Amino acid sequence: MNTAIEQRKKRTPLMEVLFRLKKSPLAMAGLLVVILLVVVALFANVLAPYSYSKQHLTHMFEGPSKNFLLGTDEFGRDILSRLIYGARISLMVGFIAVSIALLAGGVLGAISGYYGGWIDNAIMRVMDVLLSIPQTLLAIAIAASLGPGLFNLMIAVGVSSMPQYARIVRSSVLSIRGMEFIEAAHAVGSSDMRIIFKHILPNSMAPIIVQATLGVAFAILNAAGLSFIGLGIQPPYPEWGAMLSGGRQYIRDYPHLTLYPGLAIMITILALNFLGDGLRDALDPKLKR
Amino acid sequence: MKPTAKNDRIPAPEERLLLEIRDLVIHYETDDGTVHAVENLDLRLRRGETLGFVGETGAGKTTTALGIMRLIPSPPGVIKSGKILFEGEDLLEKSEAEMRAIRGDKIAMIFQDPMTSLNPVMTMGKQIAEVVRLHRKVSEKEALAIAGDMLELVGIPRERIHEYPHQFSGGMKQRVVIAIALVCDPSLLIADEPTTALDVTIQAQVLNLMKKLKQQFSASMILITHDMGIVADICDTVAIMYAGRVVEYADKASLFTCPVHPYTVGLFDSVPDLEDDKEELNVIPGLMPDPMDLPQGCTFHPRCRFAVETCRLEKPAMKEVAPGHFVACPVRAKMLREHPEQNAGNEGEN
Repeated sequence: MNTAIEQRKKRTPLMEVLFRLKKSPLAMAGLLVVILLVVVALFANVLAPYSYSKQHLTHMFEGPSKNFLLGTDEFGRDILSRLIYGARISLMVGFIAVSIALLAGGVLGAISGYYGGWIDNAIMRVMDVLLSIPQTLLAIAIAASLGPGLFNLMIAVGVSSMPQYARIVRSSVLSIRGMEFIEAAHAVGSSDMRIIFKHILPNSMAPIIVQATLGVAFAILNAAGLSFIGLGIQPPYPEWGAMLSGGRQYIRDYPHLTLYPGLAIMITILALNFLGDGLRDALDPKLKR
Repeated sequence: MKPTAKNDRIPAPEERLLLEIRDLVIHYETDDGTVHAVENLDLRLRRGETLGFVGETGAGKTTTALGIMRLIPSPPGVIKSGKILFEGEDLLEKSEAEMRAIRGDKIAMIFQDPMTSLNPVMTMGKQIAEVVRLHRKVSEKEALAIAGDMLELVGIPRERIHEYPHQFSGGMKQRVVIAIALVCDPSLLIADEPTTALDVTIQAQVLNLMKKLKQQFSASMILITHDMGIVADICDTVAIMYAGRVVEYADKASLFTCPVHPYTVGLFDSVPDLEDDKEELNVIPGLMPDPMDLPQGCTFHPRCRFAVETCRLEKPAMKEVAPGHFVACPVRAKMLREHPEQNAGNEGEN
């Protein structure tokens, strides 16, 4: 038999998606940047030329130079090193906050969509109440009541975006629940939980993956915003939003203090958005051949 | 077959009985009113037998099948009353956990559309193995080995065990569905129009496969269909269903040679004849009644050319007109008793 056909037949759904993702250069660029950021975050202590808190008091407000590639801030700390360590925080907050939102919202949405009736009503009305509050305001309220700190920041960002995930998961579950293979799964004696987790959720992953990818970008932005107003990461630990807020008062004379963290946020968000859009196309069942 | 006379329910030679449904009533209670999907249905199935379940769309065939599985979507579906005796035990009194243990193990179901009845993101092998693991204490590896055997049994090469449903054709998918249904060696197989979604050549293949495997696994089968040709091909007994009730129940030979109920006669009349050159087909006038608003008395009387005054008032009971042949139409039964020559012409073929 033709080996090319053999190859195509052997492809798992995941490989199929990667194959289609490769056709979109923007998405691949996004994926590359995200992978790069993850590597940088993981190996921050190896890659960073200085410690994030080391103050070079004779080199305050210096522009980019050979010793300090992106210049120094108001305490003479190396901006590049702080950005590299900041990637750790930003990505961690982004991924963990989305995981919290996805887990909580996903379980609630799945139960809601699968069982329907009053359970659905009760859960979704609570979600509606949360949705009716502007998300940033909600995150600020949660962060303010929990107090500043990394973990609280993740919870604040996660919980405030939970209703969106609940809605998306619920609607996917609703559309899959009525299909015949779910009835068939009942007919062979599968339990409800088994049906939800083995049959329904794997079939409703596409919109969830897309929303989660875009959600990471939003969570990073949201966390930066919270740090900017002082509710997130506390100094001296570097977080891109906190760096932005710290450099704000010197923006007229030393714009590089805000420029680089701003660029870092922008590039990350852009990369995640490209990746999310690419995934949306790659996972669209209508494009399946 | 030993008929016991003077009983208006279907009598039962108990020893070989696998399934007996008594007076089953299933309603769908919607906001607009109650849909009488199944009304006072009686049915029985002996071990090893294939029962053809024939009727129009909406007659309640699938609802009855789902009722046996206890899979009526609820709400709005409610099993109002009745008994479903399977191997002597009433399925309606089982707990949900007990039912889960029965489904897929002792009673298996084949669904209408193979395109949608397989999980698109699971490999064929895993889908078969899942059922094995639900009902037998075996390891994942052993279950997959059994799945491979089943695939070969239904005529699919074992190598394709790791492929996904979208890589299979419709007929092959239905073979896999059959494999899933048979993997735990069920005593009852319910096939809900298993070939409707397939084209004619594949239909024949799938039916032959089912016939062969049913025998091999010595299972009983309820075959839901509206194709009299399929009934003639593989069924032993036939139940004709109309508006939620069984109106005629007989072994295949006597039903085909001597249909008694006016509805059954109408069904046979509407089958086009190859040798008869006609412009129009014979049809039964009228439509099936709205199941939310069934007519009083016999549900078929508004369309029946034999209807008399009592049909409008009394629900006809099942009466035995010949050994093993039951009909819910006293008028025709009486006509037949008084003028047996009417159907005598056909009897020779029996």
